[in-house]
Amino acid sequence: MERQWRGKFPVNRRKPAVELGSGVRKSYREVIDVSWGDPHRAGVKPLSFVRQVLAACLYSELMDGDKLMVDVKQRAQRLLGTCAGGSVGSYCATAGIPQTLQSVSQYIMRRDGGVPCHPENIYISPGSQWALTNILKVLVNSEASPRTGVLIPVPCHSTTIISLTTLGAVAVPYYLREERGWALEMEELQRALDSAKGVCNPVALYMINPGNPAGYVQSRKSIQEVIRFAAEKKLFLLADEVFQDCVYGKESEFVSYKRALAEIGAPLSDSVELASFHTASKGLMGECGLRTGYVELVNLDPAVMKHINNLFSTNSCPILGQIALDVMVNPPQPGDPSYPLYLKVRHFYLPASLAQNVRRVEEVINSFPDFSCQPLEGGAFAFPRLFLPPKAIERAKEAGLQPDTFYCLRLLEEAGVLFSPGTEYGQKEGTYHIRFCIMTPSDTMEEILRRLSAFHEQFMKEFS
Amino acid sequence: MSSMKDVNPRVLGIRDPVSLQSLAARITEQIAQGEQKPFQRVIDVSCGDPHRAGMPPLSFARQVLAVCLYPELLKESSFPVDVRQRAEKLLGACNGGSVGSYSASSCGIPQIQKSVAEFITRRDGGVASDPEDIIFSSGSQKTLKLVLHLLSSGQGPTQTGLLTPLPCPHTLPMLLDEVGVKLVPYQLLEERGWAIDLEELHRALKAARRHCEPRAIYISNPGNPTGHVQDLKTIEEVIRFAASERLVLLVEEVYQDSVFGQDKKFLSYKKVLFEMGASFSESVEMVSFHSISAGTMGECGLRGGYMEVINMDLLVKNFLTSMQGPSSPPVLPQLALEIMVNPPSPGDASYEVFTQEILQKVETLAQNAQRACEFLNAVPGMSCQPAMGGVFLYPRLHLPAEIIQEAQRSGLRADVLYCKKLLEEEGVCLGPGSENGHDDENYHIRLCISAPTAVLEDVLKRLRSFHLWIQDRHH
Repeated sequence: MERQWRGKFPVNRRKPAVELGSGVRKSYREVIDVSWGDPHRAGVKPLSFVRQVLAACLYSELMDGDKLMVDVKQRAQRLLGTCAGGSVGSYCATAGIPQTLQSVSQYIMRRDGGVPCHPENIYISPGSQWALTNILKVLVNSEASPRTGVLIPVPCHSTTIISLTTLGAVAVPYYLREERGWALEMEELQRALDSAKGVCNPVALYMINPGNPAGYVQSRKSIQEVIRFAAEKKLFLLADEVFQDCVYGKESEFVSYKRALAEIGAPLSDSVELASFHTASKGLMGECGLRTGYVELVNLDPAVMKHINNLFSTNSCPILGQIALDVMVNPPQPGDPSYPLYLKVRHFYLPASLAQNVRRVEEVINSFPDFSCQPLEGGAFAFPRLFLPPKAIERAKEAGLQPDTFYCLRLLEEAGVLFSPGTEYGQKEGTYHIRFCIMTPSDTMEEILRRLSAFHEQFMKEFS
Repeated sequence: MSSMKDVNPRVLGIRDPVSLQSLAARITEQIAQGEQKPFQRVIDVSCGDPHRAGMPPLSFARQVLAVCLYPELLKESSFPVDVRQRAEKLLGACNGGSVGSYSASSCGIPQIQKSVAEFITRRDGGVASDPEDIIFSSGSQKTLKLVLHLLSSGQGPTQTGLLTPLPCPHTLPMLLDEVGVKLVPYQLLEERGWAIDLEELHRALKAARRHCEPRAIYISNPGNPTGHVQDLKTIEEVIRFAASERLVLLVEEVYQDSVFGQDKKFLSYKKVLFEMGASFSESVEMVSFHSISAGTMGECGLRGGYMEVINMDLLVKNFLTSMQGPSSPPVLPQLALEIMVNPPSPGDASYEVFTQEILQKVETLAQNAQRACEFLNAVPGMSCQPAMGGVFLYPRLHLPAEIIQEAQRSGLRADVLYCKKLLEEEGVCLGPGSENGHDDENYHIRLCISAPTAVLEDVLKRLRSFHLWIQDRHH
């Protein structure tokens, strides 16, 4: 299994810092790391309401006196009441705290304009990848011959690829069309499916919407096409929708696969099997460190659900994450004392800052002739394309590196900015990309773009 | 997919859980809805979940974690100064100064790996521990799963086997099903307080080799659910056995801070290994597991644990850490782990309160263990080995023939039926020994004794009343 980019770095990341400390002159003061989808790492502050509720749940004495607002106390008390022994230190039921499951199912119903959602179909897990791995475990038989295949988009975030490899499944890539804003084309899906003949037995189709690393948001039309395709080819749909709260494209709207399926109507809406994934790690809450996500299962055979239950019961869910999840699906409402601050941050400051970043990123990157960025519509990343000169590609090969990896290493060493190379995510042969997180404070993004621009000019000149 | 035939056989092979906890939860819900039951409330002591039973958390830990979650509290003067200092230090170890960031590496936060390594070194009287050998995860079960994944291979006669104590922790059999490792039981000696018998180890291994490939041996010390604390002689024997038979030692030591038996002391397998000289300490492969769920912390819901890998081939270890990759360990529990291994020191503002709380917990545990054991041994039809450590008691039950027959008719194991009836009649939820691997007429139940004394008293009385009734009805 190839060592992941991130895994290569703990050593290298320390290197510039050590050199900084040892007096070697660098043009920058500290390394800016935007290689992860980790807003807090990049400097974004967490939402106060969430953190106050969590703190109060951990240490209930905080609720004495006036340190915390009334709605924080009420929420913490209600949530503590749903924990065994009134403590976040107790185990909970397999699928999660029942009241949290209720809250999540109601949130899903509201999101989907009333499409019914049953709590028994939801499993809370320590992170969406965990839930995805479990569902994959059900679908993938590592001993089977031919091996189980799963269609995955190119580009795709690396953790899913690793999960598939670990389970002994075959990843069957379908290429998104970059020039059309990373559109999913049906002919390409068909081609991918055909390519699997004789190689593996494809059982599932995995989609990421909004995209990671590419920042697209799928249209309702596209989603429905995919659903029909999956129905026809008897593929299990895996919808990774963890960035559903992170949509900023002016013409874009998040439509869940579940909703689109319901809108298609019977018989498809009663038969197409779907698993959709969400998390507290992404979006504007960004609580990656708390490790909590969930999966909703639609149209699965009850006998199969029983076995899924057994599988999920071999692990316990973190309680604090479920509390954060509850806040995510049930934020402060108008009239609550915490609402004004929540509104300001969640609905003004964070989105404005993100919109600004998006605008600046597109502006700066597209101003270079050899750098291009598709319109950013959603998600947490930019995935621009690099048109590298042959000399740079040559130099990279000599160093035993992929060209975009070479670019990123040089960017880190010379400009103190850490991106991740497109190689990690898959890309069309002969194309090169870089990925970086755009959920940072605006001034950090300005600094990143400043350093990137300076480096890029220099680099391109060196290898022209 | 659409049907059972398409489901991964490995997943189909995971045995059904007993689900008494779900029944307990349902009954609690019914009571909340106003339904009349023969009891006021359900007491669930089937798992090692002290907070559920009403044991309080450690104040220092909760205060520090609260401040880490909501750093505005750093300005709060009502928090002791050492709480604020510790929170500041821990936040400094987190990326972006927030517990909401991913851990810096897939193994965990480096400063905390270092703290844990230092703790282990102190605990073992100077036997060095390398931070690079410490891998965090969301609970000891998860870390165990990672290692088992590495060991698991083969099918039928080549399937990997794990020598497992009988009785074993109740979560282990399902876990082994999930990773496709065969459970090979070695019986513990009940008459000797559930001690390990070396001859039995040999017997079990020999028998196992006929139908699978045993590659590792699982040890629980202090024992879950037995409460047995192994002595030096036993540990040395087991290590020699593992060494000569080339078995990897998987040592679960999560209750290491809960030893209360008189003249009993926790000895870590690692320390003993290193005292046996280079021929052992440089070659025997061992992984030891610890967790914040157990012992005096009891923070099961926070999900934090670590493993220390000893003498593992570097390439294999790299593989292990990259397998962890997709599921980065949660940050807050690592902070809790740091507090567990680095409690307040004498002179710190929180030291007195902290020490008091720990002492109280251990005392309660010791008293409960003694009281419960005496009580149950006095109940006709029950016998109980004394517990020296850990949080469980594991009494043996004599069950009337009628119960056994009724169980057979319902397709349940008799101890499961017993526990179900106990729950329905008395509102007490215990664990059936079947979950711990006892699948013959040797019926046992397990109960968690890490509970407020009054709660335990209540459990014992209801249990006795039920047991007498059951025996009475069928005579």
